[in-house]
Amino acid sequence: MNIHEFQARELFAEFGVATQPGRVANTPAEAEAVATGLSGGKLVIKAQIHAGGRGKGTFKSGFKGGVHLCDTPAEAKDLASKMLGEVLVTHQTGPEGKEVGKIFVGEAVDIARELYFAILIDRATSVPVVIASTEGGVDIETVAEKSPEKILRLSVNPFLGLLPYQTRLIAASLGLTGPLMNQASKLFTNLYKLFIERDCSMVEVNPLVVTQDGKLMALDAKFNFDDNALYRQPSIVAMRDITEEDPREVEASKHGLNYIGLDGNIACLVNGAGLAMATMDIIQHAGGSPANFLDVGGGATREQVASAFRIILADSRVKGILVNIFGGIMDCDVIANGIVEAAKETGLSIPLVVRLEGNNVEAGKKTLAESGLKLESGENILDAANKIVAAVKAAA
Amino acid sequence: MSILVTPDTKILIQGITGSFGARHAKLSLDYGTKVVAGVTPGKGGQLFENQVPIFDTVDQAVRETGATVSAVFVPPPFAADAILEGIDAGLDLVVVITEGIPVIDMMRVKEAMKGSKTRLIGPNCPGLVTPGTGDKSHGGCRIGIAPGYIHKKGSVGVVSRSGTLTYEAVWQLTTRGYGQSTCVGIGGDPINGTSHLDVLKMFNEDPETEAIIMIGEIGGTAEEEAAAWAAEHCKKPIAGFIAGATAPEGRRMGHAGAIVSGGQGTAEGKIAAFRAAGIEIAETPSDMADALIRRMKR
Repeated sequence: MNIHEFQARELFAEFGVATQPGRVANTPAEAEAVATGLSGGKLVIKAQIHAGGRGKGTFKSGFKGGVHLCDTPAEAKDLASKMLGEVLVTHQTGPEGKEVGKIFVGEAVDIARELYFAILIDRATSVPVVIASTEGGVDIETVAEKSPEKILRLSVNPFLGLLPYQTRLIAASLGLTGPLMNQASKLFTNLYKLFIERDCSMVEVNPLVVTQDGKLMALDAKFNFDDNALYRQPSIVAMRDITEEDPREVEASKHGLNYIGLDGNIACLVNGAGLAMATMDIIQHAGGSPANFLDVGGGATREQVASAFRIILADSRVKGILVNIFGGIMDCDVIANGIVEAAKETGLSIPLVVRLEGNNVEAGKKTLAESGLKLESGENILDAANKIVAAVKAAA
Repeated sequence: MSILVTPDTKILIQGITGSFGARHAKLSLDYGTKVVAGVTPGKGGQLFENQVPIFDTVDQAVRETGATVSAVFVPPPFAADAILEGIDAGLDLVVVITEGIPVIDMMRVKEAMKGSKTRLIGPNCPGLVTPGTGDKSHGGCRIGIAPGYIHKKGSVGVVSRSGTLTYEAVWQLTTRGYGQSTCVGIGGDPINGTSHLDVLKMFNEDPETEAIIMIGEIGGTAEEEAAAWAAEHCKKPIAGFIAGATAPEGRRMGHAGAIVSGGQGTAEGKIAAFRAAGIEIAETPSDMADALIRRMKR
């Protein structure tokens, strides 16, 4: 689950992580009001979207840049009017861009140094690891490739947490001395506390800045939350912005379906995440383009299959469907009946190839063959993939 | 011989009275598995299916029945506690089927269990099966949620992160006349108890296992580590399949651990590691058993 920059700031405020003064605004008038309430120096206006590269992005209106500096509240209001309600395209949003619903209005910061600080759970060691670098404000993966010696990795004991001496070690490696070391200790400690208490899977502060007047603050942050822990994080769940998500995925999650939208035209419906990934792969292997990942989980009931078909069919790009089910404990004939009824209910008219295997598969295949529906059976997964790719090409 | 469990292994099921646990406890009993106890706090003294005694604690269950393995079907908010209870009771093996356990909980479980003799498998795994010699492999040990009938007793070891991909591979092997020694689902979560490498080492030492299928997916570096070790140390032929070549970066593909982040954990990288280690690659999931057969004939 992603959150906006202004929500990350709310978390920072809650946990005492220093950041630049400012507030979010929903209208140009609000932007002016927020700006007036600040200390009177230079202002920064930032579009709030779930994507990076805002500074270099362009609005579909032609207005350039999702991040701007200005001097007065009146200018803030004007910039806000050029951003709010407009669609911003960055190298991370894709060509369709994202509509800007809110902007951040804050005190611009005179940056002396840009650093990098992140916390994540290391899969190899199963403990949290802090990653810190003097090379902030740039892509950390490039730093890792070109100058790995500039990256410090420090493991944290899950029961002891990030210890004070460790925060000082990190600060020293970043060249933060004197009063900056104390600020760093506090910021790192509080950020770690946030990481654990809010069940994050990653927090990345890039850049962590030292200002000209000697203040350390988190200027921008990216958060990833552990989806498994959301049941115990109601305040994080409340931050979910459905308008930023793929509407197909929002619909799917309402029906308990695990769905991820892609760009292709051959949809798939599978039981089991590994098999679902493999099905997407084999569609491409057979020369087609997968439209989605969809795992119906352990129960492919008629209702779920029908809901899945509806979501798939609502996507006008989809020209064919591949259903791939291994009925281990589930009866293949029950599944076949579910597919037939769902196809009739949703008025399915595009090519459908079904590959069933497992428990009572012969009866399942018979049900499909006698359904009167225009569908094909696949003998195995590769055969099914080849058939759907061919059918979609033929219908084109 | 097999690895980890034999048809005689006594297992207990934590969460036996929940609908998920009950359903699979029954299927394991039908398969001939020695399910000797269930544990559901507050339901101690009851009988499951008129045959399996239920206890309030794992400790009681172990002392009264001699169970050495637990299958955990406890819901996510209580699962970490249930796992630690099993470890504390001195079990040889705890297999966690539950999906959705917070990562930070599993991080703490792994830290807490350092130094214990218990092996942890999972979480978010389909479990393990050592097939029996009866009809449709009846009489074996089935822990978890895999369909029993697809198995056949034999000498191919299967290790995988995915449930249904495992069943595909197993069914392909069985229908081609190649049985399995033990099939181990290690699960789809990013922090888990047992890795591909751990299982490969066990298969390598097991006299009954003659060949291995390894099934992986995007995310993490477990497959690469296993492949590097296999290149140096594994005496037995291996075939492998990796799912997720078409997964977009940064998205969690169903399994919590199936995510490519910062360019790490790609299918391409894992396939290259398999190739470098002399592991026969199945290009598609239809090809897993055939890939192993090709490799065995080389």
